[in-house]
Amino acid sequence: MKNKSLVSINDFTKEECLRIIELAGEFEKNPVQDILKGKVVATLFFEPSTRTRLSFESAVNKLGGRIIGFSETASTSVSKGESLKDTIKTVANYSDLIVMRHPIEGSARYASEVSMVPVVNAGDGANQHPTQTLLDLFSIKKTQGTLENLNICMVGDLKYGRTVHSLLIAMSDFNATFNFISPKTLQMPSEYKKLLDEKGLKYYEHEEIHDTFKHADIVYVTRVQKERFSDPIDYEKVKNAFIVKNKMLEGTKPNLKVMHPLPRVNEIDTDVDDNEKAYYFQQAKNGVYTRQAIVASILGLI
Amino acid sequence: MKEIKELKVNAIKNGTVIDHIPAKSLFKVISILNLDKIDTHVTFGTNLESKRLGLKSIIKISDKFFENDEINKIALIAPEAKLNIIKDYNVVEKKIVEVPDNIVGIVKCVNPKCVTNHEKITTKFKVVSKQHVSLKCHYCEKITEQENIEIY
Repeated sequence: MKNKSLVSINDFTKEECLRIIELAGEFEKNPVQDILKGKVVATLFFEPSTRTRLSFESAVNKLGGRIIGFSETASTSVSKGESLKDTIKTVANYSDLIVMRHPIEGSARYASEVSMVPVVNAGDGANQHPTQTLLDLFSIKKTQGTLENLNICMVGDLKYGRTVHSLLIAMSDFNATFNFISPKTLQMPSEYKKLLDEKGLKYYEHEEIHDTFKHADIVYVTRVQKERFSDPIDYEKVKNAFIVKNKMLEGTKPNLKVMHPLPRVNEIDTDVDDNEKAYYFQQAKNGVYTRQAIVASILGLI
Repeated sequence: MKEIKELKVNAIKNGTVIDHIPAKSLFKVISILNLDKIDTHVTFGTNLESKRLGLKSIIKISDKFFENDEINKIALIAPEAKLNIIKDYNVVEKKIVEVPDNIVGIVKCVNPKCVTNHEKITTKFKVVSKQHVSLKCHYCEKITEQENIEIY
């Protein structure tokens, strides 16, 4: 994986994903090292994302690397009208690796083509966010002991949620069974269901949570955003139907974990937080180890 | 020449005849094949009657023979185009166009948030279906379906 950009989860083979997960486990055991000493990582955030940026910066700092970059574009040449190409080509001169978040879809692929150093996509609009997917896979492997044959419930906005799409693609290599629970207007797009059909995997669609968690190993929750509804009345009707509450976890499997890419608003009731099945904060912590594994392997240091 | 019908466009001695182009796509075909920059004789007729297409166009290009890769670029806008290769006034070969596996340039990505619609970038697509043409953008990974194909 040395010098290979990470733009889309589709670029990584099953074996490469497994290798990152394995390395993330090693970094969890030994998170403070100085293998990135003398390396400079640029974090270019063309739109704000506190968690992803801090997680990357924490990962690099713990390994002894240095960070340069920006967290919004107002104080940069981008606000003067500089093209993405020029920004990337310039920053590539100053750094060994570029981590980029950009609101425009496909911008990370383009950056990887014009950059002299590898690019890690930290989210390009609604398209891809592969480091999130890899940390989700690491979290699933860590809590379930395996990625094979799991029952996965995806809850919330399944139409626009890029994290659930990438996770679906990744888990489709591991014989997963899926339950999709969403408002009718925010159902899983047909292209992803088609992919599951082609791979012969089972999936079920539901419009309410009801007893769908009973056989689940993973419940993956995403936020139903008000701005996705053209009619506010439609939003009011469904907004409370997709809130995960502590009592819904009664009678579920002991190995069940509730995951969420964060930020959470109200879609997981705070009464779930103390349940040992709540895993979203540890999931965020796993992001640091996963990003250590990604940065170190792309820089060819492990 | 054995054509019985009256010729709407003069015959050529050597070269390529592209027939059955939908009339509305004529100038796009000319542009995609760079026929506006060629220095041999090019003649065309447009809004000719066609049983299959309603109104069709025909282009005759003297002393020009296309590679398959080159001619297949027009498959997206003239899928039923037929080529006659002419040598000494006789048709020596007939070809049909085929949708290629990859499309570079020509088509605009349907996704308004795609980077190709924001920066000066040549579009690239993988053809994921040829029957009902559907193109997957190399950059934003969104699908542009046949009915949404917009030519630059």
